[in-house]
Amino acid sequence: MAAVGEGRITYDARGLAEPAAEAPRIAEIDGDRATFDAHDLSTRLINLELRRLLYEEGIGDVTVQNPGAKHSIGVGILTRCRITFEGSLGYFGCGLIDGPEIKITGRVGWSACENMMSGVVTVAGNAGSLTGAALRGGDLVVHGRVGARTGIDQKGGTIIVGGDAGMMTGFMMQRGRMILCGDVGHGLGDSMYDGTIYVAGKVASLGIDCVPGEWTEADTEFVERKFRIHGLGSPPELQKFVCGKKLYNYDNLEPSERKLVL
Amino acid sequence: MCGIAGLIYADANGGREVGTDITRMLQSMKHRGPDSTGYALFGPRTSSYVMRFTLADANDPRDYEFADRIQRHRFLVEQRLRRFGAHIHEIDEETEYAYRVTFDYDGDLKQLADLVEDVPGAEVLSLGHALEIIKDLGDAESVATQYDLDGFRGTHGIGHVRMATESDVDISGAHPYWAYPFSDVAVVHNGQLTNYFQWKRRLERSGHRFNSECDSEIIAVYLAEKMSDGASLEDAMRDSLTELDGVFTYIAVTEDALGVAKDEMAAKPLVLYEGDDMVALASEEIAIRAVLDREIDTYDPFEGEVMVWQR
Repeated sequence: MAAVGEGRITYDARGLAEPAAEAPRIAEIDGDRATFDAHDLSTRLINLELRRLLYEEGIGDVTVQNPGAKHSIGVGILTRCRITFEGSLGYFGCGLIDGPEIKITGRVGWSACENMMSGVVTVAGNAGSLTGAALRGGDLVVHGRVGARTGIDQKGGTIIVGGDAGMMTGFMMQRGRMILCGDVGHGLGDSMYDGTIYVAGKVASLGIDCVPGEWTEADTEFVERKFRIHGLGSPPELQKFVCGKKLYNYDNLEPSERKLVL
Repeated sequence: MCGIAGLIYADANGGREVGTDITRMLQSMKHRGPDSTGYALFGPRTSSYVMRFTLADANDPRDYEFADRIQRHRFLVEQRLRRFGAHIHEIDEETEYAYRVTFDYDGDLKQLADLVEDVPGAEVLSLGHALEIIKDLGDAESVATQYDLDGFRGTHGIGHVRMATESDVDISGAHPYWAYPFSDVAVVHNGQLTNYFQWKRRLERSGHRFNSECDSEIIAVYLAEKMSDGASLEDAMRDSLTELDGVFTYIAVTEDALGVAKDEMAAKPLVLYEGDDMVALASEEIAIRAVLDREIDTYDPFEGEVMVWQR
């Protein structure tokens, strides 16, 4: 029962897991849809099967049953498709993706959707710390609560959290937007460079150089649009937080460098 | 990196398979620490004491008189226990260097433990009415097989897989740590304490002994000392949030409670499942799934949280 599938993993001399693994070809394919049960598969076999279905078979809608909170599932998917995980993912779930629309019916562990480039990820349950780390684009919607440092180093896209968020949310945020519907821990938006954080609940404390921002029509339009797209009902009353721009001074940089940094 | 796990059953009259369950949890987190594995398990409470001790480390060189020396030292331990008024029921040889002994005793625990540790090479791993600490090198399955933990029934327990960072890979450096000499208190820890030396010296000045160079060793003694001054486990753990410096998530167990504390930076992970039949917590959800093979509702406690479950 324990760590089903993981017990049989072999490593090569360099320590690479299952170097000779091949996609198990167990999915039931029905037209443009496919379903497979990941219960007895290791991380590598799940990802190989997923890739086979998406890239080789060209299937646009894949359902993965019983992912069992295994780590690094659904990573690096670079095509437009629909994936449903019926269950929970472990650490690093759906990282480095570009394009897919992913639904997770359970929860995710640390560092979900890190470095996501585009697409939509919806998590029905809770998420661990570092959710959406270095997010570049796309929408990440977590219906439950998230741990600490959500959206650390966020460089674009939108993170929407239905529940409470931990400390240092939006730490070193560089761009993008975050809508937090619950309470937020200490150090919100600490050392942020740019971007916008909307909060509905209580803020335990603001981080360094994070200040309340002025609400505009564009904010109302943006929040309402995102809530409408993701079927979240009418948005709660939100406060807006932005960077105070006192902490850094890009004007000391060469214009070409400035472009690179931002 | 290290991985920690804890399990407390809601209804455990007569005990449940805590040895098997913790082994499953730890084995699924083997990637977090392959160096050593340890358990602190609570079996059924008895009026006598149970003590686990080692007479050599797993990686001590086996010179030609190793076995003789161990036997000699084992007799010394027995002799000293008897001389100190302990009435020995049983002494089991778990491995060639690790022992479990049960005895009746009504004197001072520190004096007794000190006397045992005065035997060359001896280390008392745990001492209490229900607590048994088992730790050795290797992954959970090999330690569980070596010490036959599959049949271990109990009410609650914690475990640890270690990736050694700041001290040696040996049994002394492995978790869990017993709160020497306070009976039935143990801790597993994931993280680093930066004011470890201050606390070690402070506690040494009040007469406590430390056997390893591992920072985690102070936590159990720190908590147990506060509890012996009348604090509850929860209060002692709350104090630790400000008095211990560094990053940590640790799980502490006493005879009737299991508690977890997370530092104010939330730097080390913890996933929590609170069900009707048990509370399970671990560094990764995959460990909880190893004992509950179905969809469950879990969450990560926030920074600076202390939670305690009583039996």
